[in-house]
Amino acid sequence: MALGVTLSWLILIILIPLSGLVWRSSVLGWSTFWALATDERTVNALRISFGTAFAAALVNVVFGVILAWVLVRYRFPGKRIVDAMVDLPFALPTAVAGIALTTLYAPNGWIGSLLAPLGIKVAFTPLGIVIALVFVGLPFVVRTVQPIMEEIDKEVEEAAATLGANRFQTISRVLLPGLTPAVLTGFALAFARGVGEYGSVIFIAGNLPYVSEIAPLLIVIRLEEFNYPAATAIAAVMLVISFVMLFVINMIQAWSRRRYGYGT
Amino acid sequence: MAHEIPDPVGHHGTSEMVRSATSESRLARYVLIGIALCFVGLFVVVPLASVFTEAMRNGPGEFLTVLADPETFSAIRLTLIVAVIAVPLNVVFGVSAAWAIAKFEFKGKAFLTTLIDLPFSVSPVISGLVFILLFGSHSLLGPWLQSHGIQILFAVPGIVLATVFVTFPFVARELIPLMQEQGTSDEEAALSLGASGWQTFWYVTLPNIKWGLLYGVLLCNARAMGEFGAVSVVSGHIRGLTNTMPLQVEILYNEYNFVAAFAVATLLALLALVTLVLKSLLEMKFSEQIAASRRH
Repeated sequence: MALGVTLSWLILIILIPLSGLVWRSSVLGWSTFWALATDERTVNALRISFGTAFAAALVNVVFGVILAWVLVRYRFPGKRIVDAMVDLPFALPTAVAGIALTTLYAPNGWIGSLLAPLGIKVAFTPLGIVIALVFVGLPFVVRTVQPIMEEIDKEVEEAAATLGANRFQTISRVLLPGLTPAVLTGFALAFARGVGEYGSVIFIAGNLPYVSEIAPLLIVIRLEEFNYPAATAIAAVMLVISFVMLFVINMIQAWSRRRYGYGT
Repeated sequence: MAHEIPDPVGHHGTSEMVRSATSESRLARYVLIGIALCFVGLFVVVPLASVFTEAMRNGPGEFLTVLADPETFSAIRLTLIVAVIAVPLNVVFGVSAAWAIAKFEFKGKAFLTTLIDLPFSVSPVISGLVFILLFGSHSLLGPWLQSHGIQILFAVPGIVLATVFVTFPFVARELIPLMQEQGTSDEEAALSLGASGWQTFWYVTLPNIKWGLLYGVLLCNARAMGEFGAVSVVSGHIRGLTNTMPLQVEILYNEYNFVAAFAVATLLALLALVTLVLKSLLEMKFSEQIAASRRH
């Protein structure tokens, strides 16, 4: 019974709508589809979406690993609050994040006015998109790496130290390699989320075609023009890339289970 | 948490001297904590604080006046209606999906799990688009719906559908690892003592998962009330009719009505904070009943 409910609900809510998308892009015909998918504005939008999401995920890897390490290993006042705040980007509606970040980084905002004398423009440039995506992807790396760090056996570090490794060597050559699969998973999750992100980006991006226009926004623009084939084609390209990402994440986890005996 | 090795020679050295080999120097610790705090401060705390200060820019009087606007009021009402419909639907589905996946063996289980996770990896805009393609005037269903006077897009049903799609995985994903961990022995005992399937679920399974379920509902609700991209595509932005709170924030902001935009945003930010507090409480008190490894 439970299986029946589950299946019919899944088919109704997920499978039928998604197959609608697949069907609509398949009736376009390959040459039309290819022409729409390789349209210059579309290619630029996809490049901007994937490029900024990649940059933001990289930033999140560096700071996410440090943040997770600090939360797992050190004690400091307010630690519990910091730990809880890491999840804020999950809980805060993206539109709210979008207008808050835009106001902060605009040339007359709290942070934007500090950067303006240095000649750094953030809001209404691709850099602004990266900032928004760093916010959105912040929890992913921390929350995938944190549980794995908690389980690290102190004996490994003690062994490394006994064998004459200094602390830096222990961390860079013993601890970090073991964390690689979790870090990669976190990176992939943050990246995938960033590619599809819409709400927090559209306010700060400035949405200049060919410069700071993201792919999800271009879908919306095409829909508003009633250009359904173009919207469908962009969506299909994004979907295919997302599936590849999902597949890669699963591969990383399967590999990590074999190599390190854990999967996130 | 440096468990320090007792100084073998009996010196009363500084903590630097007796530092254990498995922790960093004090300087490194402070630098790392500093970096982490700056990062969280810059990217999380400051944006959150700015929401509240921007809303209060012209004093609490104006803050309250803009909130009393009838369009804002109808946006709040619509957001609540959508959440009240979408969350229970996904609770029923999430529990039954988790039950099916965790307690039974069948073919295609991995595929089913992937399908449940799918809305997480799809752009919210695409989640909205699929419903436009399904119900829009150019679709197969469109003309039929029109001739029967059924309005799905640019109306409440479309918003609910898009929200259900987007919040689909939250409850199920929270419950699946939890129920798998608990196994089937409790249920088998209940069944062997003569309980019916329904009784077993109601008196045995449900009490076992109630905190995990609450946790999933919390996250599901936060997303349902805050969803922007998918809802934006299907809503049609009809003021006072199909605007949810996040859409109202966008409209007010684009009209340069910043105080009003941030005032509505304040309500959503409070929702997020309440969600975080409840979530932390649940994690602290019932960590063993919450699949902590799957926090998102």
